[in-house]
Amino acid sequence: MPDSIEELSRIEDLLPVVEPGVTPAGLTDQIADITLKHPNTKTWLLFVALATVGLGALTAGFAALLLRGVGVWGIDIPVGWGIDIASFVWWIGIGHAGTLISAILLLLHQGWRNSINRFAEAMTLFAVMCAGMYPLAHLGRPYLFYWLLPYPNNMSVWPQFRSPLVWDVFAVSTYFTVSLIFWYSALIPDFATLRDKATRRSHQYVYGILSLGWRGSARHWQNFESAYLLLAGFATPLVLSVHTVVSFDFAVAIVPGWHSSIFPPYFVAGAIYSGFAMVVMLAVPVRKIWHLENVITMRHLDNAAKVILATGLIVDYGYLMEAFMSWYGADTYDSYMMYNRMTGPYNPVFWAVIIINVVGVQALWFKSVRRNVLALWVMSWVIQTAMWFERYMIIISSLHRDYLPRSWGMYSATVYDWLVFCGSWGLFLFCFLLFLRYVPMITMFEMRQTAHKAASTGGYA
Amino acid sequence: MSDAPLYGVMAEFDEPEHFLAAIRRTRAAGYEHMDAYSPNPLEGLDEAMQLSKSPVSRIVLIGALTGAFTGFFLQYYAAALDFPINVGGRPLNSWVSFIPITFELTVLFACLSALGFGVLGLNGLPQPYHPVFNVPQFGRASRDRFFVCIESKDAQFDAADARRFLEGLDPLGVYDVLE
Repeated sequence: MPDSIEELSRIEDLLPVVEPGVTPAGLTDQIADITLKHPNTKTWLLFVALATVGLGALTAGFAALLLRGVGVWGIDIPVGWGIDIASFVWWIGIGHAGTLISAILLLLHQGWRNSINRFAEAMTLFAVMCAGMYPLAHLGRPYLFYWLLPYPNNMSVWPQFRSPLVWDVFAVSTYFTVSLIFWYSALIPDFATLRDKATRRSHQYVYGILSLGWRGSARHWQNFESAYLLLAGFATPLVLSVHTVVSFDFAVAIVPGWHSSIFPPYFVAGAIYSGFAMVVMLAVPVRKIWHLENVITMRHLDNAAKVILATGLIVDYGYLMEAFMSWYGADTYDSYMMYNRMTGPYNPVFWAVIIINVVGVQALWFKSVRRNVLALWVMSWVIQTAMWFERYMIIISSLHRDYLPRSWGMYSATVYDWLVFCGSWGLFLFCFLLFLRYVPMITMFEMRQTAHKAASTGGYA
Repeated sequence: MSDAPLYGVMAEFDEPEHFLAAIRRTRAAGYEHMDAYSPNPLEGLDEAMQLSKSPVSRIVLIGALTGAFTGFFLQYYAAALDFPINVGGRPLNSWVSFIPITFELTVLFACLSALGFGVLGLNGLPQPYHPVFNVPQFGRASRDRFFVCIESKDAQFDAADARRFLEGLDPLGVYDVLE
């Protein structure tokens, strides 16, 4: 039996969670100084400029939509849900990795998560924001969105509670609220650190108000830890329920290619798969630009790659079962749907998904790929794109040819679809950049514990 | 400032183990009204402080049950009581399709009560002013230093005695905390 964490880690070929020399005090200063002193303002402004272009696209796309209606999009009958719903599913899936890291890995005592949970949770929040705007815009009359909520009204009607679309309203809004609560709760002690370290009056005021008078007394920590663990306990089934409900939007319908009982687990795995790809996409440049290689180590990228591989294989199983059931079920419409996906007009999308998500992802079995920052980063972009294609495949190639050949049709996105899609990237990037500059991007109070533990075990915790 | 009444006497430590030992000795000396401040949660802090179990879990349970009831009743009321629609004789109380929203509201209410009571209410937050912040060194309580404070409202509190006692714990420094 190995008798120390260090030895065990060597046997299992694990990398250190933090580089040697990370101390609680040094770490606090390193992270807090990013927020208080704003290094790399030039690089930051460059990205902000890029994000502003995206926001401009979003404004233009939405202005056209609000003035002229959803007809400016490529949606029509039979394809009534286009890339806007595909992007909704894609964005909300991206969010799921943040909750997985912050809640599920906390419950599983995965100490390495401490360096990446804060920014992964921020990613969740902003991704859910991007996701949420699509269905709202899709309503056609977005200013009547409150009709989705159950409130006593003079029309004496209620939302249809038996519809998955109404479940979705509750699932997504609960998910956003709970993610925000979880994120802010853990920020209170960190805002207190910023308040105490700030030298500028404005910083002292703002972070003083945000920290709500937190003073870190034993009683504070006791209640906080208990509440934090409970939040994690509730966020864990919540995150699974959200993508399950999203998959019900499809699975409950009778469209061939949608009506499938494998959808909930298949969607959840796909969500975590693309979400972890997003974590890598963001972590690689962030650790480089703000010199965080000592706290976001190769261990984190390696672990993220392993999660991508594991969830990718679950997704592959989903593809396999979909194809198998279409054949084994011997339902004419269902087998035609699968045949049409493979050989029909949208077949490049299908084959791109298969080549990347089934074949390409196998590269992550190799340590040399997982531990090569550039290779992993490029792979995460490719995977992210493939996951967007996957949603395109599920939604559009299923809708465009269903039961009646008489009502078949084709779909192509218009410039307004693409403006809103690029705009959602702009919104995400803009929010994320504000977060990187004004909020501590690594959970300092948790990392102080990690650093303390790591000091006696050579970087393992 | 110097005329302000004394809130307590505070000692500063830099090692968690040393800090926990100091708390235990302060407790053993019979001080009831005291508090300990740490930059991060610490294993053994609750035991050293002899804190009773936090009521957060019970409060969150009540929140969760309230959410479950609200979620289910909301749908039952709308579908079966207020606006019943007979669709081919299907049951009005179609409870299976009410489960997702019942679950979501359970989670929502539980998490709101965890924030409202667990993180804020029970901790007395938001709190705009607290005397411990009058000690300049206390700024490091959110970075890398640990503090033990004996409060003046303790029955056996005597400023000179408390100061002598804390100095005996071998701290980095002992400070008066003014109200």
